[in-house]
Amino acid sequence: MTTVQTATGLEQTMVLNMGPQHPSTHGVLRVLLELDGENIIKADVDIGYLHTGVEKTAEALTYSQAITITDRMDYLAPLSNNLAYCLAVEKLLGIEVPKRAQYIRVLLTELTRIGSHLVWLGTHAIDLGAMSVFLYCFREREELLKIFELVSGQRMMTSYFRIGGLALEPPAGWTDHVENIVRTFPARFDEYEELLTKNRIWIARTQGVGVLSAEDAIAMGVSGPSLRGSGVDYDVRKYFPYSSYDEFDFQVQVRSEGDCYARYLCRVGEMRESLKIVRQALEKIPPEGPIKADAPGIVPPQREKMKTEMEALIYHFKIFTEGFAPPPGEVYQRVESPRGELGCFLASDGSPKPYRMRMRTPSFVNLQALQKMVVGHLVADAIASIGTLDIVLGEIDR
Amino acid sequence: MTENPDLEKNLNITKIRAWRPAAIADLILFRGEVTVVVPREHLRPLAEFLFSDPELKFTYLSDVTGMDRFPIEPRFELNYHLLSLSRRDILRLRVRLPGQDPVIETVIPVWPTANWHEREIFDLFGIHFDGHPNLRRMLLPEDWEGYPLRKDYPVEGPR
Repeated sequence: MTTVQTATGLEQTMVLNMGPQHPSTHGVLRVLLELDGENIIKADVDIGYLHTGVEKTAEALTYSQAITITDRMDYLAPLSNNLAYCLAVEKLLGIEVPKRAQYIRVLLTELTRIGSHLVWLGTHAIDLGAMSVFLYCFREREELLKIFELVSGQRMMTSYFRIGGLALEPPAGWTDHVENIVRTFPARFDEYEELLTKNRIWIARTQGVGVLSAEDAIAMGVSGPSLRGSGVDYDVRKYFPYSSYDEFDFQVQVRSEGDCYARYLCRVGEMRESLKIVRQALEKIPPEGPIKADAPGIVPPQREKMKTEMEALIYHFKIFTEGFAPPPGEVYQRVESPRGELGCFLASDGSPKPYRMRMRTPSFVNLQALQKMVVGHLVADAIASIGTLDIVLGEIDR
Repeated sequence: MTENPDLEKNLNITKIRAWRPAAIADLILFRGEVTVVVPREHLRPLAEFLFSDPELKFTYLSDVTGMDRFPIEPRFELNYHLLSLSRRDILRLRVRLPGQDPVIETVIPVWPTANWHEREIFDLFGIHFDGHPNLRRMLLPEDWEGYPLRKDYPVEGPR
């Protein structure tokens, strides 16, 4: 803590260094709070502590190899990152993924959304003093991670979506586990709501706190539930449907208050809507069918074919030695990640490596709005405001 | 200029052309995405026009992306991804900047969200934004040398 002279020379403000090692910053975020007593008059955000140069690294990898580093940006929603990247490459190549793979992608990304929102709800609640919610949320998240492990072999860094489809056929009986979740989770969400929605302390800590008007939110480029809590219904799944989202029936959760409580209700509502999508996807996914596009030279051939067909063997060798080269050009693919608009800008120069991969990560842009949300409020409200933005520092710093 | 019937019918392009023909240096259509290449002195007025025109209403700036085409000149490229929430329409503006003087006017007064995007591009590409209130290093330490996302900067870092 230090004290600094203000411009008037009469009053003194204090600069409080919050973070980078602070439990409520959800990673390594540093905020320099200029305080007048307990009121915030300025909040300077300092990021970059987790910068690993993902975009530069991708330029040295082939298109298929780069999938693995997309997992590591938003570590709470790796499948959404995989999806944004794979859809961008597929757009660049001009190939379409079979319907069965598209539905499985939708199902898994919606489960990811639930898992990510659960982590958000748990950590946000613990920031504001509600310990038990955290334990329940992580108990439920574990069930979701088990499904990811079942399907892809990994709990978190799944890399399950590949260019042209999925990595491998999901194991037999995997849908039983998903059905179990669809059956049991609504009651669990009711439990959380019972603990929080009408809890007087929760309401006192979140209602009217961190208010963000619709105009400010749009001007700052905020997206996702943080934007929808301010009354703007922008959801990429509805505005620019991808991966057959237009075939699913779900409601976009919008609240007009723009405070932490509204964003809380949006996210809880979104979890229920995600379950609705999962239920529909379970009905839509055909029991059998291709999970990879028919694109020789891009999608690795089946093992059996490699043993009988010369071309398949050659393609396999070429894909894994030199990769494939999309035509020169640039695409921008947006998806709705749990945090908002996740955009992947890909530029190809006709070589097997991305010439430029840019990830427009929602946390990075949403965090800009923090200043608008906390100035004039108390330090304790800054904790609530950081929590309600649902940031992941891994994708902010990349 | 590319002659493409789809592009000529595009509302955004006809409006820009009617407003200031010189603002369109080139038009690119790739995989259904329209890119308008803008000379750099026209970018800021064009941004204001696209933002405020009642028929276009590009009120939301999704992203600003830098790119380095080294050794091709002009080597730097900036891509502005615009979104019109009321019309559910998208548009990409592209500005090319020479390596000798990579300077462009900021768009923060039009879209405040550009603040951090421009700072990040300054940090990683060394492109200067005229009128930016706080053009400092963002992701890298203050004393970092060089601009890592430039193509003449090796992946392993400088030797």
